[in-house]
Amino acid sequence: MVASHTDRRAAPDEVVDLALRMVRGDAEVLYLSRDAALTRFAGSRIHQNVAEHDATLRLRVVDDGRTGVASTNRLDDQGLAEVVARAQEICRRSAPNPDQPPLAAADAGCGESDLGFVTATAEAAPDRRADGARAVIAAAQAANLVASGAFSTEASTIAIANTNGLRSQHAATQAKLLTVMTGEDRASGYAQAISSDIGAIDAGAVGEEAADKAVRSVGATDLEPGEYDVILEEYAVQTVLEYLSYAGFSALAVEEGRSFMELGKQVMGANVCIWDDGNDPTGLPTATDFEGVAKHRVDLVTDGVATGLVHDTATARRAGVPSTGHALPAPNTFGPLAWNLFMAPGSSSKETMLSSIDRGLWVTRFHYVNIVHARKGVLTGMTKDGTFLIEHGRIVRPVRNLRFTEEIPAAFSRIDAIGAQTKMVGAEYSGINARVPALRIGRFSFTGATAAESGE
Amino acid sequence: MNELVDHALDAAQRAGAGYADIRITERETESLTVKNGALEAATSNLSTGFGVRVLVDGAWGFAGSAVLTPREIERVTREAVEIAQASGLAAGDPVVLDDTPPQVARYATPVVEDPFSVSVDEKLRILFEADAAMANVKGITVREGTIEGARERKSFASSEGARIEQELTEAGAGIEATAVNESEQQVRSWPNSAGGQHVTGGFEAVREMALADNAERIAQEAVALLSATDCPSETTTLVIDSSQMALQVHESCGHPIELDRVLGMEASFAGTSFLTLDKLGKLTYGSELVNIDADATAPGGLGTFGFDDEGVPAQNVPIISGGQFVGYLTSRETAPIIGRRSMGSSRASGWNVIPLIRMTNVNLRPGEAGTLDDLIADTDDGLFISTNRSWSIDDRRLNFQFGTQVGWRIRNGKLAEMIKNPTYTGITPEFWGSCDAICDPSEWRLWGVPNCGKGEPMQTHRVGHGAAPARFRNVRVGVGKW
Repeated sequence: MVASHTDRRAAPDEVVDLALRMVRGDAEVLYLSRDAALTRFAGSRIHQNVAEHDATLRLRVVDDGRTGVASTNRLDDQGLAEVVARAQEICRRSAPNPDQPPLAAADAGCGESDLGFVTATAEAAPDRRADGARAVIAAAQAANLVASGAFSTEASTIAIANTNGLRSQHAATQAKLLTVMTGEDRASGYAQAISSDIGAIDAGAVGEEAADKAVRSVGATDLEPGEYDVILEEYAVQTVLEYLSYAGFSALAVEEGRSFMELGKQVMGANVCIWDDGNDPTGLPTATDFEGVAKHRVDLVTDGVATGLVHDTATARRAGVPSTGHALPAPNTFGPLAWNLFMAPGSSSKETMLSSIDRGLWVTRFHYVNIVHARKGVLTGMTKDGTFLIEHGRIVRPVRNLRFTEEIPAAFSRIDAIGAQTKMVGAEYSGINARVPALRIGRFSFTGATAAESGE
Repeated sequence: MNELVDHALDAAQRAGAGYADIRITERETESLTVKNGALEAATSNLSTGFGVRVLVDGAWGFAGSAVLTPREIERVTREAVEIAQASGLAAGDPVVLDDTPPQVARYATPVVEDPFSVSVDEKLRILFEADAAMANVKGITVREGTIEGARERKSFASSEGARIEQELTEAGAGIEATAVNESEQQVRSWPNSAGGQHVTGGFEAVREMALADNAERIAQEAVALLSATDCPSETTTLVIDSSQMALQVHESCGHPIELDRVLGMEASFAGTSFLTLDKLGKLTYGSELVNIDADATAPGGLGTFGFDDEGVPAQNVPIISGGQFVGYLTSRETAPIIGRRSMGSSRASGWNVIPLIRMTNVNLRPGEAGTLDDLIADTDDGLFISTNRSWSIDDRRLNFQFGTQVGWRIRNGKLAEMIKNPTYTGITPEFWGSCDAICDPSEWRLWGVPNCGKGEPMQTHRVGHGAAPARFRNVRVGVGKW
């Protein structure tokens, strides 16, 4: 009898074991399932509303220095047999590579974990997401604004097994609500909430935060680019850390000379501590990486000194250290990645930061950030959804969006104050989420502006 | 397959859908990557599934699943209807689709040499040959090359009677050489960055790339960049190569002409557009030399197909004519809002997501400025830059900043010293307004962009841009102090 895909999804450990038994020789099986739904609103109405159910099995076969990887989302007997045959065939035809990463050891796994799995999130019905959207829309309408945004819920399972005897499995959920509200004169405001638990998402509060920001953004005027002391809200700080992770927190990035990190060297200010921890329940936990290695906390920057890098089995072997559990799915030429980031809080409040600035800018968030020069940690991007001029310790007016181009490690050496509170912020699309405080940074470099006559 | 399709459409209509469509998609990919003289990755991926989209009382619902059985299709269709009913809780005006006639048709990408029929040995021979050529250059620290192939089979059917079968074939390849010293990391790619060049078509496109023939040159350039002159901070004349022009078109024209962005449907993620409805037919977007079309019929384009994912035939429509803004990318839902019929750019990146307005091949037509050599000879002073490295643009697609892998100073009509870390910035209409020369058709290339992101959940899609090298006056280069 051919087992149905749905049956198999209920027992990922059985799927990976079955696939492993079908392989001759050494192999690793990675199973990923995702049940996701998203209610999207724009123009203060729901305009897109979707759900998807998928599960993929990815098989890595290793034989005499040769490796082949094949994946399928057909999990019936025929689909499994076919993916095994494809992986073995591509392995047989490939060329040997003595530096291929080894399969993770049996004792490197995380066992079975459901840290960060909340049943209410997994079972959230479309009505619940619609209610959240309506609460945000109501907050917008009360302030004479237009709401756009998305309310998503997701349950995912990752299961990995290999012929060394490793077994790792982690089930998790995520609920995320974000909105951009717009008003007259292109005013806009942003807010976001993200949690494993949909019950922790306060849609009304998200709506009110964005509405407040949008209302205060009405009447934005031009501001000359230049160096300004800034307050970066948590949304902006998460984005900066996300791109620092891409640019330099991985061992392979350092090996290949594309990172600003140099272990043991002071790379940021002494008040900066950044780490990655997939097991911290105040983040969005991921107990295992995609090779099945249990995730370990890695202190990346401690008191401003580069103290750690994230590893997968390949970089770990070359460095002679254990993997930290940060592998992406094999095969992966990009290297390991830190995606559960934390930045240590300080002792300041945003009000205190504000009062200490004679002339500067309040930045709610950044848009379309990209790496200009990875080795130096230079990023560029635009401010968005609430940028305000500060004079004499007070916000005096909203300003039009500005472009920054900044060497971030150097900027993080000019952090004057760090917020005492941290906020969990979800990445726009990368999955590199971060719990971060707000920051006050001196002389942040803004290199361009979009003037009113350009249509801004 | 027909039975499954009929089953879904019947189930949708029984559940109260006024409109329904179903897409059944199978996407198969193969990829080989050689890095530093060894085969680093050999993969074969298969993803199959279906998505059902319904309109209930004018509100959308969509659900998709990987399980192709009648029972699952029934369940997923019911789920799509329930989701549409939830949409009705805050739906606004009912969605009205345009009157595109339902099509019954087939389309297949023309292919000379099927990428899936070329042996692994032959693909590895090409990659190892290029790798060895890069390895000959002292100072190269990382060498990487990739060859990819993809095939997508799609069946589309709608409650209006459309029945379309398509088979799209893609091929792509690229190589990259990296050099580092104590303060710099410099990369050169061929034929393009971000994975190279990608087309709809067969393996003949990969052979035409001549990876090995260009490997040593790009490796030498990567090493030379380490000691090259920093990009000056100034306002100057800029000559941009064809591949970077493709990304310039992508970010500053392709995205702002998406009508869903214009209507605010992407406001919370990708952003909106400065090309608001009042500007259609009235805005001077660029100089008179600037002519841009959206052409889903262009042979070999990564945005080339027979029909979009709403069943609308592929078309070639003008976007910018003689510098004037005249057209949008549209869908069946959005086109009636501007009094038009969809021009066929509603595309889904997979079975599990809804079609959104996506670029097809948004192409800058060639000009009459001769070859690239002619254009440089016609330029007294400025910079020539090549191959994208970094990109960023604001949410309304006005304020952009790009970086490229390499540049050269132009002096008295000749290329002079090499420039490292080139960046340039501008405001979209001002920038395109400063275009005073575009090379002729001999320099025009149709580039594939395989990583265009849009939508929530985000869809990474494959689009194309044709362009020839072009010249722009008074451009600010060398942005920032670092």
